[in-house]
Amino acid sequence: MKLNLDLNVSHLTRIEGHGSIRVRVVEGEVREARWDVVESPRFFEAMLKGKGYRTAGILTARICGICSIGHCLASLRATEQAFGVTIPPTAASLRLLAKHGETLQSHWLHLFFLAAPDFLALPSVIPLLESRPELFHLARRLRGVANRLSDLIAGRSTHPVSLQPGGVAVIPSREKLLILGDELHRSLEDISAAVELFASFRIPDFIRETEYVSLKGEATYPWIGGRLLSSDGVEGAEEEYLRMTNEYVVPSNSSKWCRLSRPSFAVGALARFNNNFRLLHPEALQAAERLALSPPCHNPFMNNVAQLVECVQVTHEALRLLDELITDPQGEIMAPVTPRAGVGVGAVEVPRGILYHCYEYDAQGYILRADCVIPTTQNNANIHLDLSALARRYAVEGMSDEHLELLCSMLVRAYDPCLSCSVH
Amino acid sequence: MNYLGIEPVRPRVALFSFTGCEGCQLQLANHEESLAEFLAAIRIVRFREISSSEQGEYDIALVEGAITRNDEVERLLAIRAQTKVLVALGSCACYGGVNRLKNSLDPAVMNREVYGDLSQESLPTRSVGEVVTVDLEIPGCPVSKPEVERIIQHLIWGIPYSFPAYPVCLECKQSFTLCRFQQGELCLGPLTRGGCRAICPAGGLGCWGCRGPAADPNYPEFFAIARQQGFSEREINERLTFFGGLEVTP
Ligand code: SF4
Ligand code: SF4
Ligand code: SF4
Repeated sequence: MKLNLDLNVSHLTRIEGHGSIRVRVVEGEVREARWDVVESPRFFEAMLKGKGYRTAGILTARICGICSIGHCLASLRATEQAFGVTIPPTAASLRLLAKHGETLQSHWLHLFFLAAPDFLALPSVIPLLESRPELFHLARRLRGVANRLSDLIAGRSTHPVSLQPGGVAVIPSREKLLILGDELHRSLEDISAAVELFASFRIPDFIRETEYVSLKGEATYPWIGGRLLSSDGVEGAEEEYLRMTNEYVVPSNSSKWCRLSRPSFAVGALARFNNNFRLLHPEALQAAERLALSPPCHNPFMNNVAQLVECVQVTHEALRLLDELITDPQGEIMAPVTPRAGVGVGAVEVPRGILYHCYEYDAQGYILRADCVIPTTQNNANIHLDLSALARRYAVEGMSDEHLELLCSMLVRAYDPCLSCSVH
Repeated sequence: MNYLGIEPVRPRVALFSFTGCEGCQLQLANHEESLAEFLAAIRIVRFREISSSEQGEYDIALVEGAITRNDEVERLLAIRAQTKVLVALGSCACYGGVNRLKNSLDPAVMNREVYGDLSQESLPTRSVGEVVTVDLEIPGCPVSKPEVERIIQHLIWGIPYSFPAYPVCLECKQSFTLCRFQQGELCLGPLTRGGCRAICPAGGLGCWGCRGPAADPNYPEFFAIARQQGFSEREINERLTFFGGLEVTP
């Protein structure tokens, strides 16, 4: 049994942004187990006030370099809901494709660049270039096709340009869609290799019962808009996001915290999987089985695996969408947009979980009030409580300081936190 | 890799991030077709976003983000003291970027709106160059990876790099992109320095000026055209102030 431990990881590496872990065990008792976001606050909600509706999506994309497409889409949806605009179906397909590119890009970045080094006992993915070049090139190819998908549809993978109020501004030529479809199809083999790689990793076995919140899929696995669902049985409309999040400010943190039925809840790939696994593509279900992921899963480390299952899901969805766009004659891609006074909410499942933007507009289309609730904000309290339970369990089992530090770091990384997002 | 039989030195490169979205750093992990060559040409000694290894000395510091807190000022001064070359990476580092928009708000009101009674430390946004001496500024929101690769090559071989002096418009013409401005959309392309291959107009969006001014931008003519097209002062100003890199008052 381990009696004393003093763990202090300031500016944890291989996560997006700046955060710190502190765990203190005194005489076998966990005195402190904290996860603190120390990123500089950015005040986007205040900066949005007074901005025109065409600026909102472009500005909020800059909340996050990794999920800029997700922010832009949540922003556009909030604006379109406020103005009562329905975008054309072809535009909806194109937006979903751009988002799928981002989900793949972000998940592959997390899986290979941020998470895998822990399982391979490496400081980063860079040494693989020498020691296991085939793995490095596998990661490089998978991210490459993901980025090219977003580039093609959104004009740019970071800070999209073609996603605009009313729909999308341009549609790529049929030829370009065909080339990308081929490339995506060929990537299926690489995805299988990634599944086998992760199946060979030993995922820490740690369970803490958790409430999971995500969009509720009706006929398809959910990504953009729809009803909200918690695994504890709370359900709500998109506009009722405040009831699902209950944000509050905690001292010494520039990011807020959230709660629902319990002191904390979790969002992200594992939450989406737990709440919507019935809607997964057969190939994605097969990958889940291969990776020993079955619902409901309460092991936060399995979020890595859920992301991988989603990579399979998203690739198959993208292939279908591309196929439809190629075979069907393409219709309108932009609906007319006329500003009016009102409030709108946009909920979008971004890589790290459900994201909400809510804007109140004046009659001329200028923002009076803005609110953004970020996935990492929703996960913060849960990370905190997981850390505490993890420390309690392993400290008393007598685990070495280094091993416990690694496990705590891996736990935080498993959530794939995005701290520049969380201090928007 | 060598050039005319000469083995280049691999400079030690460190990446640091301040207030921003980390999108510029992300570009360095992108551009997959040349990622292996890029990583072979330099030695990355610090890149917290993707690596836990931290080795001491570095020759080139790539600094992303604006400066908005005292701890950031201290970290930046320490980096300046250690590095031979300090590069401001991206519009946040070069001009303050979108973070500069908060400078026109009342700090107390803004803080209360977002954080209630538990207010957070936040200084008015400054660019990296407003705090320390900067050797090279690479603008863009985000930076263009091919351009960063070219610049790093120039640093390795000691050849000065010059940014295009021409505006974004020229690159629209080169790629036969329909002019958004002529079609009635606001576009800062005539004022803004090229080099991004006019990626926004090509994707159906007017330019927002993320790369700062071209050589001799003709502001009076731009204002005349924008007003003639019916854009209000409010719209024009919102656009011009967006990344903090252009002149604001007509
Ligand atoms: S310049 Fe743009 S992409 Fe780069 S850090 Fe700032 S907001 Fe992000
Ligand atoms: S779209 Fe903008 S950048 Fe392109 S030519 Fe027209 S004004 Fe210039
Ligand atoms: S078109 Fe303008 S806003 Fe877009 S990348 Fe180029 S300079 Fe920046």
